[in-house]
Amino acid sequence: MIRLENISWKAPGFALEEISFVVPANGYGVLMGRTGSGKTSLVEIICGLRRPASGRIILGERDVTRDPPNLRGIGYVPQDGALFSTMNVRDQIGFGLRIRREDPAAISRTVDALAAEMSISHLLDRKPAGLSGGEKQRVALARALSVKPAVLLMDEPLSSLDEETQTSLIDLLQRTQKGHHVTVLHVTHSRREADALATVRLQIDQGKVTTVPAARLS
Amino acid sequence: MNRVFWITLSLICAGYLLFWALMLGSTATFTSPADIWNVLLSREIRYATALSLTTCTLAALASVVLAVPIGYLMSRARFPGRSVVDAALDIPIVLPPMVVGLCLLIFFQTRFGNAIEQVIPFTYTVAGVVLAQFVIAAAFAIRTMRGVFDHLPSRPEDVAMTLGCTRWQAVWHVTLPAARRGMFAAGSVAWARSLGEFGPVLVFAGATRMKTEVLPTSVWLAWSVGELEQGVAVSILMIALSMAVLIGIRLTGERV
Repeated sequence: MIRLENISWKAPGFALEEISFVVPANGYGVLMGRTGSGKTSLVEIICGLRRPASGRIILGERDVTRDPPNLRGIGYVPQDGALFSTMNVRDQIGFGLRIRREDPAAISRTVDALAAEMSISHLLDRKPAGLSGGEKQRVALARALSVKPAVLLMDEPLSSLDEETQTSLIDLLQRTQKGHHVTVLHVTHSRREADALATVRLQIDQGKVTTVPAARLS
Repeated sequence: MNRVFWITLSLICAGYLLFWALMLGSTATFTSPADIWNVLLSREIRYATALSLTTCTLAALASVVLAVPIGYLMSRARFPGRSVVDAALDIPIVLPPMVVGLCLLIFFQTRFGNAIEQVIPFTYTVAGVVLAQFVIAAAFAIRTMRGVFDHLPSRPEDVAMTLGCTRWQAVWHVTLPAARRGMFAAGSVAWARSLGEFGPVLVFAGATRMKTEVLPTSVWLAWSVGELEQGVAVSILMIALSMAVLIGIRLTGERV
């Protein structure tokens, strides 16, 4: 579950005010809004990369408002994937597990399984520089899932991809969310992505978030 | 008209580079290769060369160690008084080099400076040569590292933190490996600056033959007693070293 209670945050010339919403456990929340409406800032607040002025963030059953990003149990997929430029795909996917000092054999098994699931096994020894946009997002998704997060936050993960790649990744996201039992918050401009994926649809406008009623989803 | 515009700018650039080529060419052909070789093999110049290479390397390493955290701070952090700190970091770049040497000399006459001298003597020593080179070179290394971090996206570091890293770990495992070519460039700039540093070294460390004589000091000592061939030979060596550093920096792809 992702629950925000009265989250407020200010930057020069911009503010998020009293934002509250819930994405239930194993739900797929899609947050839509115009450019500059604060979608990315909100994701960063949930990640712990920005500190809210007030309010509470509850992930699962735990209040993580004061926790640093590394203790929140989240997976984060930014817009461009933000892959680590010096690591090959295998090291990227295993990175979070290595930081947790997990057994190398277990890391290797997890990396192979995620790579197979994301259809990127043939890319394991490649560096990010040579990958296509869709491949980068698959690697970023595998990397985020490697640490078995309860919550997956994705900031416009498909926005820079062509339509065919978007379609295949939408299918992958649906399978991934169900297969890994994660609660997802997916930020997008695209109504198509929202229609295909959302179980909870959220709209951000002028610093406020509203939950779009189910009757209006169809 | 557009063509005339670009041709004019190209001619200005070509004229400037030609002037430099003529200066370097005339220096290189001023004396014979055999004379240059003889000078470079003399005991004093071999000592000055070895001391220059050693002190420049130490000053460059120390500069990079200082420049990485300060460059990162100035690139990524927003804090009150940041513009003042930013300007203060450029002071060694704009200060006349002789003044930097004088400041060092006076600082080590204070009670605090004297206390440091009891542990490591700096004034008129080889350690002083390194310190005089370092105080200037570090400012250039900091400026370079700041530019490097400005061009590196911070998002991978954010992702690393969500994957379980502390900020220290994220910088260590993700950002610094991505900045390694920039660190090499910063070190090279610091090394090249240190190689040419004359004023602060002369004032603070002196110009004692076979003790604190570095290559720029050799040029000055030769020139002051009228041994122009010796000065030219050392200058050619320094030009060659500087060119090698320039090529090295260009190979990293960094612009400084």
